[in-house]
Amino acid sequence: MEREKEDKGIITGSRRDFLKWGAFVGCAAAMFGGVAEAVKAVEDKTKPYIFADKVIRTGCPAHNCGGRCLLKVSVKEGKIIRIETDDRPGDSIEDPQLRACVRGRSYRNRQYHPDRLKYPMKRVGKRGEGKFERISWEEAINKVASEITRVKNKYGNSALYVPYGTGSYNQVNGRQTANRLLNMIGGSLGFYNSYSWACTNIATPYVYGTKVSGNQRQDWVNSKYIIMWSWNPCEMRDGTNSEYYLKKAKENGAKIICIDPRMTLSAVALADEWIPIRPGTDTAMMSAMAYVMIKENLYDSDFVKKYTVGFDSSLMPGGCEKEESYKDYILGTRDGIPKTPEWAEAITSVPKETIARIAREYATAKPAMLYQGYGIQRRAYGETAVIAGCVLASITGNVGIPGGWAGGIALQADDGGPFWNIFPEGDNPVNAKIPVFLWSEAVLRGKEMTAADGVIGAEKLDNNIKLIYAVASNALINQHANTNRSAKILSDESLVEFIVVHEQFMTPTAKFADILLPACTQFETWGLEDGWKYGDEVILMPQVVDAPYETKSDFAICSLVAEKLGVKEKYTEGRNEKEWIAYLIEEYRKTRFPDVPALKEFEESNIGVYSTPITKPHIAFADFRKDPVKHKLNTPSGKIEIFSRQLFEKNNPKEIPPVPKYIQEWESPFGKEADKYPLQVIGNHYLERVHSTHDNNAITNEAFPQRVFLNPVDAVKRGLKTGDKAKVYNDRGIMIIPCRVTSRIMPGVISIPQGAWWTPDENGIDRRGNVNVLTSERWTPLAFGTAQHTIMVQVEKA
Amino acid sequence: MSKQYGFYVDSSYCSGCKTCQAACIDKNNLDRGVLWRRVYEVNEGGWKKVGNAWVPNVIAYNVSLSCNHCENPLCVKNCPTTAMHKDSRGIVTVDENKCIGCRYCEWSCPYGAPKYNEKKGVMSKCNLCADFIEEGKDPACVAACPMRVLEFGEMDALKKKYGSVNEVFPLPPGGITKPSVVIKPHKSEADVKSISAAINNREEV
Repeated sequence: MEREKEDKGIITGSRRDFLKWGAFVGCAAAMFGGVAEAVKAVEDKTKPYIFADKVIRTGCPAHNCGGRCLLKVSVKEGKIIRIETDDRPGDSIEDPQLRACVRGRSYRNRQYHPDRLKYPMKRVGKRGEGKFERISWEEAINKVASEITRVKNKYGNSALYVPYGTGSYNQVNGRQTANRLLNMIGGSLGFYNSYSWACTNIATPYVYGTKVSGNQRQDWVNSKYIIMWSWNPCEMRDGTNSEYYLKKAKENGAKIICIDPRMTLSAVALADEWIPIRPGTDTAMMSAMAYVMIKENLYDSDFVKKYTVGFDSSLMPGGCEKEESYKDYILGTRDGIPKTPEWAEAITSVPKETIARIAREYATAKPAMLYQGYGIQRRAYGETAVIAGCVLASITGNVGIPGGWAGGIALQADDGGPFWNIFPEGDNPVNAKIPVFLWSEAVLRGKEMTAADGVIGAEKLDNNIKLIYAVASNALINQHANTNRSAKILSDESLVEFIVVHEQFMTPTAKFADILLPACTQFETWGLEDGWKYGDEVILMPQVVDAPYETKSDFAICSLVAEKLGVKEKYTEGRNEKEWIAYLIEEYRKTRFPDVPALKEFEESNIGVYSTPITKPHIAFADFRKDPVKHKLNTPSGKIEIFSRQLFEKNNPKEIPPVPKYIQEWESPFGKEADKYPLQVIGNHYLERVHSTHDNNAITNEAFPQRVFLNPVDAVKRGLKTGDKAKVYNDRGIMIIPCRVTSRIMPGVISIPQGAWWTPDENGIDRRGNVNVLTSERWTPLAFGTAQHTIMVQVEKA
Repeated sequence: MSKQYGFYVDSSYCSGCKTCQAACIDKNNLDRGVLWRRVYEVNEGGWKKVGNAWVPNVIAYNVSLSCNHCENPLCVKNCPTTAMHKDSRGIVTVDENKCIGCRYCEWSCPYGAPKYNEKKGVMSKCNLCADFIEEGKDPACVAACPMRVLEFGEMDALKKKYGSVNEVFPLPPGGITKPSVVIKPHKSEADVKSISAAINNREEV
């Protein structure tokens, strides 16, 4: 996941409601003093921590889990001996404790893992073989600097690339440190978008003209009916406390429906009803819901007329009057296929009666939320599923009201929410950017890539990627689609000529490094984080223990390279890690948190977090709802675009329809491919790890072992029972891992939780269960995003 | 006995995220395979093809469980050395100096609470984070729960607040040991018998 900074007005942008925020945060400032006293009072009452030398509140290392939580870390003789969590008194819905999950609480196992990388190393075997030899920092830095210089001189800066990687979001640790480094010496090829939410990131603005389509979460308690569509906050968190807010909504009377191929942890804990749906068919069910609403006149026709375009032929945008409206599509006026619940049942596997009932319930239970998780859009036509959800919210009039939900990417109103990284990367003199998912294309055929491949900022690329500088990234091998393909590409030294990796462990990506540099963990340097997608807090991350062995922060490593390249002063601006954090706190003061305490006070208070209690949650599109003429949306029509003229002009109606349509996926149970590979795979998030981080953590492993989950119907056919080894394969790869037979997943679908470390045996068969040996590098039509969930496989007893 | 401390477990909102388990491991420095608090996943049910749809009749819920510090602890009764004992706060705890590691307590506890410590050759178990309680803090598992489904307190108060249900599937009848726990069952617990549900995560507990 990577937040798009450009349209968020981070440091430089304008804040449209600054005064209101000022007033808000004023209360928070008073609160901070109050909390400090309260926390101190608790500490005074308790026994001194005689077992520890010091107890420090700090942020849980941000590995892009979807949460930003608080840890209370006890240190003795330079070692972390205990990890507790947020214990601020007064755990309220306005300002809840930021309780860490199983991964944060298991962190000591990762922190003191014997496999930590300890010294700089250089590759001695073939690339990817994983054979390394210890070298000095001097030799390592010399090599990195000289290779950067060599590649830059030979090809130009656009041959340099800092890949996607979400292992660290703590300012001085993480990918951003390398971006700043390369920007100081002429820049590098950029990327846009993310693996997590490519389609919703691109599609949402086509409907709403913005990505800020989410109410603040405290508003969820105002909802009467909540559809969790492929949304599983108990496992991916989606903001610390999201599951807790939903509990509060349910306690407040909301009915909760969970639509998901798996009976997820969230479904068990929160749902009144679980509705399994065949993956990749969400738009079909949404269309049938619209059919019921239209036929039974349950949609909000006043809202539709006043606030939207494209619903029916009378509301088409200028120049498109003759085109197929949304209603035309739903009723089958032109294609002859009414999108009835019967039609959808055959596609989705959801009973027609259920589809009709959910349509009626959602349309009539105002205010209601239809929250789209991100799984439905990491698929072949993820864009349409996003838009279809937004359209349902719109035609039921649930946009711009408390308890409603507009859908889409739903960044938090009214300012877009947390910033994530604010460590200044500097300007990149190379303008060209590729869609993040197409990096391997840029390795193979960068020079051929144009707008047709999603290139922006330049007409075409003038280089293939020749040098990769990977920091906190296991994306190259492990998390990108089609691992065997990625490994083949990267092992060819004539393509990418040099790979440097900063890492904490010998990950599958680290094995492909030419120079491998040992990074310290977040507990071993300074950091700062704000909330994830939601959240109104700043969390300070003081250095808790010393960096062990020869490890260094990513910032420190990049500083050494910068020195060798003659740009040290420019790179560091004379600041060390702690001084950067002091500087960045000031940046928060200039923007979201004018009253956040300066570093000294923040550190001395040992609260760890500065938060803004939310008593009156912001509602996305409230202004627009109040006065759609005065507060036009930033779409061509100024209204909600159910029919998008911009999409129409893409002139690719089969893949990018101007109204959301169900499109059969390119690997589907309805296609010929199903003869050979009859099972769909979902690579869902898993509490054992954060993407691939923690996969070597014995405590989370014990709690959530890696397995392939399949339904008894499919297991019996294959003679599989829980604990048996299952062979899962398609044309792209093979894995053999234990299986868990469970009725908590629907027949025809298996789950292989994503993020397990690729562990090929001598025959190339993965023995750990990295779902990406099965996934495809094919990208989605509009967003150029990942479709890693769209795959078919076969399973047999190994 | 002046006090009896115990737990409240709201199974209805428990997701099975196992943060309680991890917090317990961290607090007590437990080895792998030794789970003083663990989460049982109950799951069963079948699928039927109706028309073009797959229709589930599936239930699932979680029960987070540690030692219940029972009123009539069989582990204490069956301990040949009096190592296993109940203190004035109602906490059932093991005196490692007296324990000979015979594992009778493990065998007799219907909840599987006492766990053998192979390194030391003695039994180990949840002690309700007695040190935390002394400090006025909640036990580690309770303070950890992201869903806030665990509570700690004196049993009289917990019963007053939450009633007296102390047995849900897959736990044994409460009458055997009188466990100091109040449980709010998940809605699916009512269907356990009709669907013949079972613990589905034995390899994890």
